[in-house]
Amino acid sequence: MSRKFDLKFYASEGLHSIFTHGFMSFAAVCMIVACLLIMGSFTLVAVNLEHMLGQLEAENEFLAYVDETLPEDEVTALEDKLLALPNVSEVAFIPKEQAKEDYIQSYEDTENFSLFESLPDEVFRDRYAIHVVDIEQMGETVSLVQQVPGVVDTSAMLEVAEGFVVVRNVAGGVAIILVVILLVISLFIIANTIKLATFSRREEIAIMKMVGATNAFIRWPFVFEGLILGVTGAVVAFFLQWGVYQLITTAISQAEGAGLIDLIPYGEMALPVIGIFLITGFVIGVGGSLVAIRKFLQV
Amino acid sequence: MIRFTEVRKEYDNGTKALRGISFQINDGEFAFLVGPSGSGKSTIIKLITGEVAPSEGRVMVNGYNLTNIAPRQVPYMRRTLGVIFQDFRLIDKKTVYENLTFAMRAVGSSGREVRKRVPYVLDLVGLSHKADQYPDQLSGGEQQRVAIARALVNNPSMIIADEPTGNLDPQRSLEIMMLLERINELGTTLLVVTHEKELVNRFSKRVIAIRNGRLISDETGGYYNNEQKV
Repeated sequence: MSRKFDLKFYASEGLHSIFTHGFMSFAAVCMIVACLLIMGSFTLVAVNLEHMLGQLEAENEFLAYVDETLPEDEVTALEDKLLALPNVSEVAFIPKEQAKEDYIQSYEDTENFSLFESLPDEVFRDRYAIHVVDIEQMGETVSLVQQVPGVVDTSAMLEVAEGFVVVRNVAGGVAIILVVILLVISLFIIANTIKLATFSRREEIAIMKMVGATNAFIRWPFVFEGLILGVTGAVVAFFLQWGVYQLITTAISQAEGAGLIDLIPYGEMALPVIGIFLITGFVIGVGGSLVAIRKFLQV
Repeated sequence: MIRFTEVRKEYDNGTKALRGISFQINDGEFAFLVGPSGSGKSTIIKLITGEVAPSEGRVMVNGYNLTNIAPRQVPYMRRTLGVIFQDFRLIDKKTVYENLTFAMRAVGSSGREVRKRVPYVLDLVGLSHKADQYPDQLSGGEQQRVAIARALVNNPSMIIADEPTGNLDPQRSLEIMMLLERINELGTTLLVVTHEKELVNRFSKRVIAIRNGRLISDETGGYYNNEQKV
């Protein structure tokens, strides 16, 4: 009477026992949802922080002042030399007239604005605005630019750049540690929840063993049950996460002085979020079931 | 067939449950295993069902040598046995029919086999009309009949009944024993563990008596008497 793998039977047994042991199933799904929501929230905060820092990083630049005695064609040729340097992503030429205009505009709202208007162009130098690829290596890039013939000086806010790097690294590290800790705690709680659910069914398992069921036969319905609970938890957590995220996004967009905070729309992250939730739900559902029934099979 | 050859069993805590027991129960036999509490009856049942292994000696059950059986072979050995317990061990959340179906599906029977076999066995134990009821809606005697039906449903060659009448009144106990006798007459080997003297003596079958892990007597048409034999 031995039989091959009967997917339909195992799935239907797994589904049936979810409803037969409704309360424990509900508890297990709630635990999965709670754990995924907490993990998801921390991850989304970290992703947004990284995104914002990335934006700030992208806007970060330093200036290289050009020697005023340099002939015009050599000034133009400097652009290629600067672009050829490592870690330089973009180079923009700013003539001294433009520099003066920008300078004056920055004092537009001050009382002595008229004083700046009378400044001659010669006070300013032609300059290149240089964007870097990796903000962490900005110091080295500035040194390289200073060595380029024709560049007389540079102006870089290295402290600000270093500050960005520190904040990003700390935020990233904290997020990873928190997510790992929460994942371990989630696995522990869910394995115990499923173990509790399984404990109430040890008699069923004992009867199956007694009549001659193989361990694989006993295990499969539990695996399907864990799978269904894990996936259900993942889907519920995904939509709840969506709702929570929307609420936060709306609140931030309506808050005063929050103009600098630019959150990533949930839609852009939906695919990776559901993917990660499903994988995590699968792992903790199936893994929890296997761990939970292991000791009941040793008869 | 069951054959014990100089079987000794010592548990990890040092308890010597069996001290060299030998007996054989042939196919088609009906035998009682009797003895006081702690005499080793439960250990014999556990040895037969493969829950524990002997410390010494040899245990053969329906062609399987349980002294060195591979763990993956144990389920297939158990399929040759039906086991009945004092406390019935039915699944409360399943109906009578589902309890039997569950036992059949557990060994890989198809839906068609289940639909053919379960009604036959329910009829045999006289519970066809209770198929849709849950265990807690049944009397103790009826629950034990369901347990017997479950033991029978996979068509084992042997049934091991561990104190099957321990939770029943004398009348229900007699009915259960008569049912077991009828099953035996249909060809199934029966080993009934009990300490109910009246029942044992009434049926005049083979009686294997043990005490302190040793065989005291083994007689066909035997008589169970605490004072004289056990």
